[in-house]
Amino acid sequence: GSAGLSHREPRARQGHGEEGDEGCSRLYPGHIPTSPLQKALLAGGSAVMALYDPYRHDMVAVLGETTGCLALPNLRDKMKHHPEGYRILRERPRIRLSTLDMSRLQGLPDGSLGREYVRFLEDNKVSPDTRMPPKFVDDEELAYVIQRYREVHDVMHTLLGMPTNMLGEVVVKWFEAIQTGLPMCVLGAAFGPIRLSARKLQVLATELVPWAIRSGRNASCFLNVYYEQRWEQPVESLREEIGIFPPP
Amino acid sequence: AAALCPCGAVLARLGGPLRALCGSVRGLAAGTQTHFGFQTVTEEERRKKINQVFESVAKKYDVMNDSMTLGVHRVWKDILVHKMNPSPGTLLLDVAGGTGDIAFRFINYVRSARERQLQKKLRNHQNLSWQEISESYQEEQFKPLGDSQVVVCDINKEMLKVGKQKAQYLGYSEGLSWVLGNAEELPFDDDKFDVYTIAFGIRNVTRIDLALQEAYRVLKPGGRFLCLEFSHVSNPVISRLYDLYSFQVIPVLGEVIAGDWKSYQYLVESIRRFPPQEELKAMIEDAGFYKVDYQNLNLGIVAIHSGFKL
Repeated sequence: GSAGLSHREPRARQGHGEEGDEGCSRLYPGHIPTSPLQKALLAGGSAVMALYDPYRHDMVAVLGETTGCLALPNLRDKMKHHPEGYRILRERPRIRLSTLDMSRLQGLPDGSLGREYVRFLEDNKVSPDTRMPPKFVDDEELAYVIQRYREVHDVMHTLLGMPTNMLGEVVVKWFEAIQTGLPMCVLGAAFGPIRLSARKLQVLATELVPWAIRSGRNASCFLNVYYEQRWEQPVESLREEIGIFPPP
Repeated sequence: AAALCPCGAVLARLGGPLRALCGSVRGLAAGTQTHFGFQTVTEEERRKKINQVFESVAKKYDVMNDSMTLGVHRVWKDILVHKMNPSPGTLLLDVAGGTGDIAFRFINYVRSARERQLQKKLRNHQNLSWQEISESYQEEQFKPLGDSQVVVCDINKEMLKVGKQKAQYLGYSEGLSWVLGNAEELPFDDDKFDVYTIAFGIRNVTRIDLALQEAYRVLKPGGRFLCLEFSHVSNPVISRLYDLYSFQVIPVLGEVIAGDWKSYQYLVESIRRFPPQEELKAMIEDAGFYKVDYQNLNLGIVAIHSGFKL
């Protein structure tokens, strides 16, 4: 249904060059319906802007949304056919500071997922609340899938043992690209290394990327893990369960 | 609209304010509905939303203007100031002047006009003694702007902030002042200004009739009203292309460059909602202006309306 205050004037829809599905209303809060042409322009524009200004994380997000039309349904199906993934799709858990019990997680033993996740957030000075909500995905369930992917990203950093610098991000992108097939991850994995020094590139090419690819291929879908119910589980055990090889 | 009977002038004068009064009463009674782009909102909501739009876009305003119009907006603004043809000593009020584009052009224009004036004067003074020449340099007459002044008035603090920063960066200081104010209720006395301009601002005013009346009030007799605004394209082919560009490309540009789709969606919708050339001309006449005329730029994508207070 349409959101709260605004409603379209009937007069406005006649005779204006508004291509595409402006007629269909918002599917979720923050949804902006877009025509295929607009999506194409957004995809191109966001790709260029993301490369030009790496601090524009919103552009990376937009790129993911506008190019994910094949990969997202695939991911959603993978989740549907897995018992834990199916539960996630139904219960729609969110990883946010308001839903996490930070003090409890900090109190967990070292080596547990919860403890290491909190340590990761503190060390890298990041917060799960900075993830952009989806705007341009035209399906409400797929919007949740991409939101889940974004919120779980930091947990993946923890599981892969990678920091949030450029090198770490590229490695995580390689893993995610193999696992999800999202074009945004593939592009990020391919073009991210452009901004790295030669020495880092070497480490990347010889050790980190091969490991990321092996793990990505071996592991089951990382979106099918209900992380919120596994904070006590040791990281090593969770890695083994999913199929991620120990980081180099 | 001007009445046909001999007392037409008087009635036309009264008509505007009377209509505004009725409008206000109606507004108070019903919580007047107005438009925000293609949405229907109350006047209060509209003012708030527009305030938010400009707060949000202020920092990227100039970049976005260049991107959306491919730099052509600079030409439009140049044409406006050339049409104004201000002479040194002109007092200009630039309403909704936010980031200062018109004000800076005005200053440049009077500066060169002043230089030409001074050069002419000096050429006529070839046979002065050294004493007289040095005196003429010291006199107050050697004013680079010749007493011209521009007051930039805007309702939005963020836009004014960006404008002031730009002025500092570009080196404009003399003859320039910045005032926070509402076009519907200007903080100036009657009969003060020689020229009143409003460039791409009147579209965002909630009560255009009030803004026009205020313009009339603060202008001196003989003063000129100039309005540069997006208008109506009558050519059907160009109109289709323009609509396509507006609705498909501009919000995308807003998202990519400014991270703000919604403000630019509002922009293109508000252009469609704005009265076309003839209607705006009638509204300007209603406020009491004479010799009201308009000039289309780019086939009507933009129009300059002009009127005089006589």
